Amino acid sequence: MPMDEVALDHGHHSHDHKPGFFSRWFFSTNHKDIGTLYLIFALIAGIIGYTLSGLIRWELAEPGIGPMLWIQTTFFGLEGDAAVAAAKHFYNVVITYHGLVMIFFMVMPALIGGFGNWFVPLMIGAPDMAFPRMNNISFWLTVAAFILAILSMLVPGGPAGNGFGGGWTLYPPLSGSTGHPGPSMDLLILSLHTAGIASILGAINFIVTILNMRAPGMTLHKMPLFAWSMLITAVLLLLALPVLAGALTMLLTDRNFGSQFFVPAGGGDPVMFQHLFWFFGHPEVYIMILPAFGIISHIVSTFSKKPIFGYLGMAYAMVSIGVIGFVVWAHHMYTVGMNVDLKAYFVAATMVIAVPTGIKIFSWIATMWGGSIEFKLPMLWAIGFIFLFTVGGVTGVVLANAGVDHALHDTYYVVAHFHYVLSLGAVFGLFAGWYYWFEKMFGIKYNSFLGGLHFWLMFIGSNVLFFPQHFLGLQGMPRRYIDYADGFSTWHYWSSIGYVITLVATLIFFISLAVAFIQRRKATESGNPWGEGATTLEWTLPSPPPFHQFNELPVVNTKGGH
Amino acid sequence: MRRIGVESVRHILAAFSAALLAGPAFAAEPVDGAINMQPAATRIAERVHDFHNVLLVIITAITLLVLALLIWVVVRYNTKANKVSRKFSHNTTVEIVWTVVPALILVGIAGLSFPNLYYQNVSPNLGQIVATSKQLLAEGKSAEHQAFTRDYFPDAAEAGFVNVKIQGNQWNWTYTYADIVDEAGLPVEFVSNGLHKGRSSDPTDGLRLLSTDYPMVVPADRYVRFYTAAADVIHSWAVPAFAIKVDAIPGRLNEGWFLVKEPGVYYGQCSELCGVDHAYMPIEVRVVPQAQFDAWAELMKAGDFDAAAASVRQIATADAGTNFASN
Repeated sequence: MPMDEVALDHGHHSHDHKPGFFSRWFFSTNHKDIGTLYLIFALIAGIIGYTLSGLIRWELAEPGIGPMLWIQTTFFGLEGDAAVAAAKHFYNVVITYHGLVMIFFMVMPALIGGFGNWFVPLMIGAPDMAFPRMNNISFWLTVAAFILAILSMLVPGGPAGNGFGGGWTLYPPLSGSTGHPGPSMDLLILSLHTAGIASILGAINFIVTILNMRAPGMTLHKMPLFAWSMLITAVLLLLALPVLAGALTMLLTDRNFGSQFFVPAGGGDPVMFQHLFWFFGHPEVYIMILPAFGIISHIVSTFSKKPIFGYLGMAYAMVSIGVIGFVVWAHHMYTVGMNVDLKAYFVAATMVIAVPTGIKIFSWIATMWGGSIEFKLPMLWAIGFIFLFTVGGVTGVVLANAGVDHALHDTYYVVAHFHYVLSLGAVFGLFAGWYYWFEKMFGIKYNSFLGGLHFWLMFIGSNVLFFPQHFLGLQGMPRRYIDYADGFSTWHYWSSIGYVITLVATLIFFISLAVAFIQRRKATESGNPWGEGATTLEWTLPSPPPFHQFNELPVVNTKGGH
Repeated sequence: MRRIGVESVRHILAAFSAALLAGPAFAAEPVDGAINMQPAATRIAERVHDFHNVLLVIITAITLLVLALLIWVVVRYNTKANKVSRKFSHNTTVEIVWTVVPALILVGIAGLSFPNLYYQNVSPNLGQIVATSKQLLAEGKSAEHQAFTRDYFPDAAEAGFVNVKIQGNQWNWTYTYADIVDEAGLPVEFVSNGLHKGRSSDPTDGLRLLSTDYPMVVPADRYVRFYTAAADVIHSWAVPAFAIKVDAIPGRLNEGWFLVKEPGVYYGQCSELCGVDHAYMPIEVRVVPQAQFDAWAELMKAGDFDAAAASVRQIATADAGTNFASN
């Protein structure tokens, strides 16, 4: 690295020579700085996505159209039926961008861009990512994609207002030129294309780094599970995103250049889009959860002071989840009128995924079994994750059965299911990782009291928020409704109460951040605050690690490993 | 937010009085505070409920097992209870057990799942049903016949299908009865709009977001075969009490079937995001005795939609025959 050589020529302590502010944060090629940028970006996007979910729960707290109408009359000066129509469209826009922002600009950048960039090189004993400059491009393309997405909210979309209001699944013909003729959808396509390119470049970077830059002695079968999870995630991204890109491109040409891929009048088929979308969309849900799996494994092992139980089984459970994840996509489409034999296949294939998932859950518990468990904050989030992910997983088994799914498809039961695995799964994994590595990344300690308060309020709040949605779904409450029949009132009300509890939790999270950065309590001298259980390479470095680490590659003990 | 307790009591009362008005007929609509599925109105739904109840027991047991194990390790293996951690990281036996046992449970679930799926997804072969029923009776296999008639309905099969085409539009449903034609040879066809649109001009009567101006009407105890289509974007025709949801997709005809024994009013809502008024295109199915259905059909053929809708406002009991209010 030229920077390093120059620095070394200059002096003795300049091992840690950092570029100036602008060069460091805007032209950054350092994996840790880029990781930090991703985390800051995800925090900002998360605030926006979470605010949008607040609008949803505010609107649904009681039957009738309330807050959405108030917004239209107060801020946009609309009146009467025009205001009502605008309110309905606005609600559809809110749910659409809530999903898109949370998936593409919060969970993925945080888990993959943030923790992946920070800790894959550290854990495998590499000085940096394989392609540092490409890493920089990935990040800034993600920012560009986010700006495009926000812009698309603000320009004309459908007949009733600005923004695209067709759901994150973007199904045509609603996303076509008849449903949303305005430029909003075109901007959104460009945004997702850009985000897709960013992710593909990032995925290539991770794959090359992990396959070529592991420390001497670290075979794949000795590699930490978080690196495993990132490797599998990157392969899924690399295989799934081009399919989404293809579908989006066809949609774009359908909208603008008269092609008719998804237009029945021209021999096209709207259902074809759904197949393409879910061929990407199903692996996408594993892309969001696999990094969390990796994080949880390390935390459970660290605080139980025990090696991970069934390491190889854990790694290959993730591999098989990734592989099977590509052949189950049409379980999102049981109601489109598929052949019944095809449905039967997708039922069987989908349920198979429960087996490797079960292996992971039980192996985490077996890792704790016989351990000497310390309930530090990251461990609380990890245990919360294991339980809540189980709840979300078992409702997935219910939905896998096409017969039952005909009743529950597109109801709040599905909403409850995927928020249990994502909002309470991936996000709990995210916070677990955040507290686990906070000191390592920033060189200061978090505030345990506020962190604990954050955990418990979040745990209670998100359960109050999402558990009643199972009841709503069983009673038949459809998704993506601004207003509901009076018979759904009680559980919607409780669900909104749950949101308020998570809101308090989230405010405490930001207060705890502020407190940590004001107090600046010194990190543990050794660089390892967690003791004997923390065995991966990042804990051998000081907190925060030097700007460039492992200039001499660490040699991994052939007996030790993960 | 604040009046929710009073509100819900009022809703329950409203639901009760609606049920009373409708006489002895069955009704299925969302009930405030309920935690399970709406009462089953079709055999399809009954089977879905039975299957779902089994699944619910299994998933609750699994969740409680995981919870119990977590509580156990938390209590037994915390630092105070267990100062020094053990170092094992493999146990082939338990690994095989927790791979094989879940797999076997899933095989069991699949065993229940597939017959259920095929039952609801394959349009019944009416001729076959009649023939099988006769054969079982002729062979004196009354137990088998009884089992057979739980899932299949020979009398209804004898009467043939009632065919309805259901088209989703932004934002209402068009119902077409291809077999019921007027003198000009045109089928009975009408558009069903929700009464409520979330506007201040909404009527105060009817079930909010569920009632329609011209409901879909079908005879009780008859096989109904429907085809869904769409005029603009994708919609989805769904009635929770029937456990039925079939997407209506431009360029496609999707097929489904149901048979409702009990006359009554059953509500559903569009279940695929279709734009601004997605929440405002409800589905109201009035299942009436055959005689009342025939009378409704006559009025429809004559083009008197309002009289027809009024004729099914009260639903006659099955045994009351023609004894229904004709407005």
